[in-house]
Amino acid sequence: MENKTLSLDEQFQKRIDNGENIEAKDWMPEKYRKTHIRQISQHAHSEVVGMLPEGNWISRAPSLRRKVALLAKVQDEAGHGLYLYSAAETLGITRDQLMEQLNSGRAKYSSIFNYPTVSWADMGAVGWLVDGAAIINQVMLTKTSYGPYARAMVRICKEESFHQRQGYEIMLSLCNGTEAQKAMAQDALNRWWWPSMMMFGPRDEDSPNTEQSMKWKIKKKTNDELRQQFVDQTVPQAEILGLTIPDKDLKWNDERGHYDFGILDWEEFWNVVKGNGLMNEKRLKDRNAAWDEGAWVREAAYTYASKQAEKRAKKTA
Amino acid sequence: MNNEWPIWEIFIRSKNGLEHRHCGSLHAADAEMAIQNARDVYTRRQEGVSIWVVESKEITASNPSKNGEMFEPAADKVYRHPTFYDLPDEIKHM
Repeated sequence: MENKTLSLDEQFQKRIDNGENIEAKDWMPEKYRKTHIRQISQHAHSEVVGMLPEGNWISRAPSLRRKVALLAKVQDEAGHGLYLYSAAETLGITRDQLMEQLNSGRAKYSSIFNYPTVSWADMGAVGWLVDGAAIINQVMLTKTSYGPYARAMVRICKEESFHQRQGYEIMLSLCNGTEAQKAMAQDALNRWWWPSMMMFGPRDEDSPNTEQSMKWKIKKKTNDELRQQFVDQTVPQAEILGLTIPDKDLKWNDERGHYDFGILDWEEFWNVVKGNGLMNEKRLKDRNAAWDEGAWVREAAYTYASKQAEKRAKKTA
Repeated sequence: MNNEWPIWEIFIRSKNGLEHRHCGSLHAADAEMAIQNARDVYTRRQEGVSIWVVESKEITASNPSKNGEMFEPAADKVYRHPTFYDLPDEIKHM
């Protein structure tokens, strides 16, 4: 029998390889903890900032039906942000620290929310493409190794499927409408297609964290695999709408059993990541305003609760 | 500034007859607000008929590094399971 003492790192890796989940109080390598704080909080920030481009259209939704759906979707996103912040907090960071990282601009969130939503059709395209891309990523993450993150993802995926369907329904209505409405839908697809493709992150060869993330089962598929899945499932959906995906290189490859597609504009990708997107500045400004304007509510509630607790303590004393 | 609202653990009973189950956590200034927030966050799609909230710091948890001594002794006590006992196939209702 092999007589070998495993180091903590090796024992940890063995648990991961056996398909065990890691829970909050378990021993974990510091880098596993830090990677998760970064990834889960970026994900949470994305949900929270993601409310802004859609909030932009709530008051101008074309019918009550569309308005209640959009409101419900935005409310879900606030909830999803909360589930994820809670998961990050199990790793020893506080909510205030997380908010500070977002508001100061040090933390990243998904670049997709740094594009503007200029027409009602964008609510359709965002639900269909952006939520569609997010769901592909999130379904994978329901199997991620860190328990609290995986559980948040299960809850999120359950709630998220209506988001994509409501977006696609908006596109469908526009495409079955007047010429002008269909043109609006095509215009939205033209603007959102490539940014949605970029949501899966850099190419595998430019993604230095992928190998470690796969080893720790943080991710179970690479960026390029997920991107391919997105293209394969979205092309037939565009055909049903009668819209054209803005990629002249897009065509079915019988040999691979997948669609081939054109090269992404990686210069634009890195430029938006670095903060030079159309809406980076406005998004941060709006987040900071929301935080600052809510300060009196947080303080008042805290003070009230403290005073009530004091009163109760006196009564029982 | 150290006036962050405390964290609460939320337990939801999905319908009468079933137990409350842990579903997540949230921040709230006091118990009443924790219940209100839990209602908004965790029961938007009729997921529950009753909510319990407990401040997270009130929970005492077992230590995972002691899992060996805590839980392994049960592993070699197969005689606590019905399948441990050999009975002839003709025996019914047992």
